Amino acid sequence: MEFFQPILDMSGASFAQHLVNGISLGSLYAMIAIGYTMVYGILLMINFAHGDIVMMACYFAFFGITVFKIPWYLTFVGVIIATVLLGVLIERAAYRPLRTAPKNSVLISAIGASFLLENLANYLFSGRPLRFPEIEVLAQNIEIAGTQVQAISLIIPVVTIICLVILLHVVNKTKIGMSMRAVSKDYEIARVMGINIDNVISMTFAIGSILAAIGAIMWGIRYPGITPMLGVMPGLKCFIAAVIGGVGNIKGAVLGGFILGLGEILIVAFFPQLSGYRDAFAFIVLIVILFYKPTGLLGEKTTEKV
Amino acid sequence: MANKRNLLLTIIAIAALFALAWYINFESDSYTRRIVNLCLVYAIIGLSMNLTNGFTGQFSLGQAGFMAIGAYTVGIFTVPVAYREAVFYAAPMNPYIANIELPLWLALLVGGLLAALVAFLIGTPVLRLRGDYLAVATLGFSEIIRIVITNAQTITNGALGIKDIPPLNDVRYIFAVTCIVFIFITALINSSYGRAFKAIREDEIAAEAMGIDLFKHKCMAFMLSAFFAGIGGGLYGALLGTVDPKNFLFTLTYNFLLIIVLGGMGSITGSMLGAILVTAGLEFLRVFDEPLELFGTAIPLFRPGFRMVIFSVLLMMLVLYWRHGIMGTREFSWDKAIAFCKNPFTFFKKKGGQKA
Repeated sequence: MEFFQPILDMSGASFAQHLVNGISLGSLYAMIAIGYTMVYGILLMINFAHGDIVMMACYFAFFGITVFKIPWYLTFVGVIIATVLLGVLIERAAYRPLRTAPKNSVLISAIGASFLLENLANYLFSGRPLRFPEIEVLAQNIEIAGTQVQAISLIIPVVTIICLVILLHVVNKTKIGMSMRAVSKDYEIARVMGINIDNVISMTFAIGSILAAIGAIMWGIRYPGITPMLGVMPGLKCFIAAVIGGVGNIKGAVLGGFILGLGEILIVAFFPQLSGYRDAFAFIVLIVILFYKPTGLLGEKTTEKV
Repeated sequence: MANKRNLLLTIIAIAALFALAWYINFESDSYTRRIVNLCLVYAIIGLSMNLTNGFTGQFSLGQAGFMAIGAYTVGIFTVPVAYREAVFYAAPMNPYIANIELPLWLALLVGGLLAALVAFLIGTPVLRLRGDYLAVATLGFSEIIRIVITNAQTITNGALGIKDIPPLNDVRYIFAVTCIVFIFITALINSSYGRAFKAIREDEIAAEAMGIDLFKHKCMAFMLSAFFAGIGGGLYGALLGTVDPKNFLFTLTYNFLLIIVLGGMGSITGSMLGAILVTAGLEFLRVFDEPLELFGTAIPLFRPGFRMVIFSVLLMMLVLYWRHGIMGTREFSWDKAIAFCKNPFTFFKKKGGQKA
């Protein structure tokens, strides 16, 4: 019974607090997970470097605001542009030459790109944690119904929903979105139908990087310590979120992100003795989901063709 | 006739290498001995990783976790009982294991078996996954193993790590273990199991249609790989003299990934070569972490961290431009070596002609 004591002791206010934390972490996971799911949907590869792109975006924001003293709203625009360039560059340099190579080679190349970004950040910016610049307006505490909440925790879900709506519109209603869906459905046929595969793939990486940059900025404001290894664990968890939701499915990635974010925060809140195992939660969920529903919660059933 | 000759040559080569190991053990300084030992340990773990990734085609990234299990088993059971109170100063050791002390060889074996057991438990759900999912799941499990080790204070001393492991710096011992692993894996690959592994690598559906039990063979390769990684990890721990959860971050696995990619995924002798080149190369690259002065001015490029940047660039270059590595899926063979010795100038030409 002692194990469940913290649940019984929890007050309504602190539960609300945990819920807000969980939702904001879940939204951040969702933002990053979309990048994984879109790339996987089209290239059938894990973009291992995606988490490290998030890390680099945090550093860009740090340098923009703290070192170059650019106003924060202008910096954010700059960060998004720089991150998009980085994402597209990685695709050009590390993945495009291996389009026809076996899958394992692409995977190794992705791991290499991720490892390179980590080591480069470690080399250029030192492994010492840097503090993400504090932005008064976004980091202030506001009081809602007796609960102290950071403004950013409320902004994060709103921004995520706005991004999701725009993204779904782009994917479902525009021409580039249509070609993306075509490429992810059948790569060869899409090429035969006259779709420029390289452009579509670059575009996918660009969209993923925009979301990664926005996610990274919000991540930095919410969790201000930035290190070269910052992107690793969120990266792995967000890929898991994409898999849980059904890889290739944008709504699924968001659902998976929320499941992981909320689950992680609430488990630690309910069972403080398990807080050391917080990072293990995502992997256990992955195994359970894949065991019972190998294509993910919202994934389509596919059969492997010989 | 040729088989007998090749066997004889192999025995002579191993004996010569053993003599070399003996010589290094007594005649060289402790730094050289350490590098040679590290090469051998990395070769064992590289071979173990090649078994799943290269031969069976299952892309697993869990090697660091299995190494941690082996290293911690050696750490926990070989530290002399008298020292244990001092090592476990923060929280006393669990009384069930506090008085068990094992000799190194037994601790290695236990570590390997424990790693294999964990691999079995992990493998049952994980090996149903396809390529990329498997990579993420195994990477995750290697982190979970590390998290569990960090949290199990009374068994593993948590984040403090275990110090005072009786140091092992005997080249002969590690060479002997490497030889046994090498011979075992060569025999395995040339057996019907090895052919089944390769069939799974080439085409899972075709292999299943030929009557190969996919799950059984994948699980077997995974467990054996974990077993040897556990043994390699145990030797690694004994070589360092101290184990710490930070030693077994998943980035450690990338070293072995580089080894098997450089040597050739699916080549035993390639892995051995790769291990030697990567270990020696990583030592050589240490130059880049030291500040360097040329003509009185310090070159700003050279500072800590540069070595790992070069390391990761090399890994990428390798997979982008030289995907098959040194050996590809081929093996070193005496027949080819003799043909090369007999006629070194036409050897490569002839092969080119055959290809065309």
